[in-house]
Amino acid sequence: MPVTRLDHRNLWQRRTPLTQWAIWLGWLALAVLFVFSWQVMNKNTIWLFVEDAPRQAADLLSRAWPPRWSYLDKLWGPLWDTINIATLGTVLGIVLATPIAFLAARNTTPSAALLRPVALLIIVSSRSINSLIWALLLVAIIGPGLLAGIIAIALRSIGFIGKLLYEAIEEIDGTQVEAVRSTGASSWQVMDYAVWPQIAPAFAGISVFRWDINIRESTILGLVGAGGIGLQLQSSLSRLAWAEVTVIFIVILATVVLSEWVSARVRAAII
Amino acid sequence: MTSAATPTRWTRPPLIRNAWLRWGLYLGLLIYLIAAASTLDVNWQRVLDGLGNSWRVIGGFFTPDFTTRSRDIWQGMVESLTMTVTSTVAGCLVSIPIGLGAARNIAPLPVYAVCRSIIAISRAFQEIIVAILFVAMFGFGPFAGFLTLSFATIGFMAKLLAEDIEDIDEAQAEAIRATGASWWQVINYGIQPQVMPRLIGLSLYRLDINFRESAVIGIVGAGGIGATLNTAMQRYDYDTAGAILIMIIAVVLAAEYISSHLRKWVQ
Repeated sequence: MPVTRLDHRNLWQRRTPLTQWAIWLGWLALAVLFVFSWQVMNKNTIWLFVEDAPRQAADLLSRAWPPRWSYLDKLWGPLWDTINIATLGTVLGIVLATPIAFLAARNTTPSAALLRPVALLIIVSSRSINSLIWALLLVAIIGPGLLAGIIAIALRSIGFIGKLLYEAIEEIDGTQVEAVRSTGASSWQVMDYAVWPQIAPAFAGISVFRWDINIRESTILGLVGAGGIGLQLQSSLSRLAWAEVTVIFIVILATVVLSEWVSARVRAAII
Repeated sequence: MTSAATPTRWTRPPLIRNAWLRWGLYLGLLIYLIAAASTLDVNWQRVLDGLGNSWRVIGGFFTPDFTTRSRDIWQGMVESLTMTVTSTVAGCLVSIPIGLGAARNIAPLPVYAVCRSIIAISRAFQEIIVAILFVAMFGFGPFAGFLTLSFATIGFMAKLLAEDIEDIDEAQAEAIRATGASWWQVINYGIQPQVMPRLIGLSLYRLDINFRESAVIGIVGAGGIGATLNTAMQRYDYDTAGAILIMIIAVVLAAEYISSHLRKWVQ
């Protein structure tokens, strides 16, 4: 208990002087790191442009408002494509991620020494690369279009679904598995009657959650040529048609809010 | 006397009990999938051609070229890392007052409404879209990226901090309040010690996310390693692109590992 005597009174402090100093030193190090990073980062910043920003923003706003609503007619097709990219990508992602999750879970993997690390590596590399970068790669390989977007979404989803699903599998109740196994069930029957029913709600919840995220991400995949409403965004941006950009932003925002609402409702119904 | 109606075989109950709803959902899903697949319009010839050449892209991973463009890669990496640090610190600093304001148990209703709407706006737009706007306003380069990531950090941190404050043990705050402490003292002695470990954990987690995002927003001109990657791809310089991707994965893995250890140590 860090109590010091001061003028014949006991003075209570929360920490010992040494911890207090260590904590201050930690904060000081953080401040130094921040200032250093700030200076390195802004070595090439042209402050004239930054000072100019309020005027630029006002200019941007005057061009972007009012939105050109007539442009909305051209957006329904790309919007349908966007939703398809997200949905088909999620479905493909689920199909690929489920077996990987079973290989990665400690209690269902057939070989903990060999297959489990491979499955974990797939999950980790899929998670650390953003879907936009996957799309960038896939557009280079299979050409621009919806298919590149779908596969990009699927590849990014493998990591997310795989990780959450294998954690759910590792948390199942072992006694139920034991009970089904003791009836003489084959390993597939154990999977079907003991493991699967326990993770089904988590599985559905994770899938709908990822679908919601994928809707969000698929709206911008077009920026690198992978189809959907992002293509329209890219063309409006390069023509500096900010009034059209506003319409696209509003459509994207509405879609995202709607998909979030759907996913929240579905998850509330399942869990 | 035997009752012939007793079933001897057990079948498990379906997930959705109402048969009409169940089959309706299946049918709807099938119709949607057919409709979606029919509008897919894939140029299979292009895909086949591309797959033939795909070894050049994938080969980039196996023959990564760190040296030819080492200056660009180095600069992109430094930009990304400094952007990550500054935006996480700045975003967390700004998010603390907003998070305090968005916690219903310590903030009055008008403040609560304002802070919650700031959070909603920050969370509704994803990083890329914010980056497009900031690049248009502030010019190309990492400064726009810094603003984008800070903006995204505010929504994330403030929301989680506010929820944390709403979940605290009210008795401790009450005890401090009963000693006649002012509002600041209640925050400092009653609330801050309860949320601080999680706040530090969340900022480390956000540091992680910010690095990943910094690798992406460069594609729309906000600086960082994403810009270098995009340039390499446009030059068909797949060996450099492979090197950059390997570096991104390595940094993400290292950051995830370090931050999970630090979080365990703090909590």
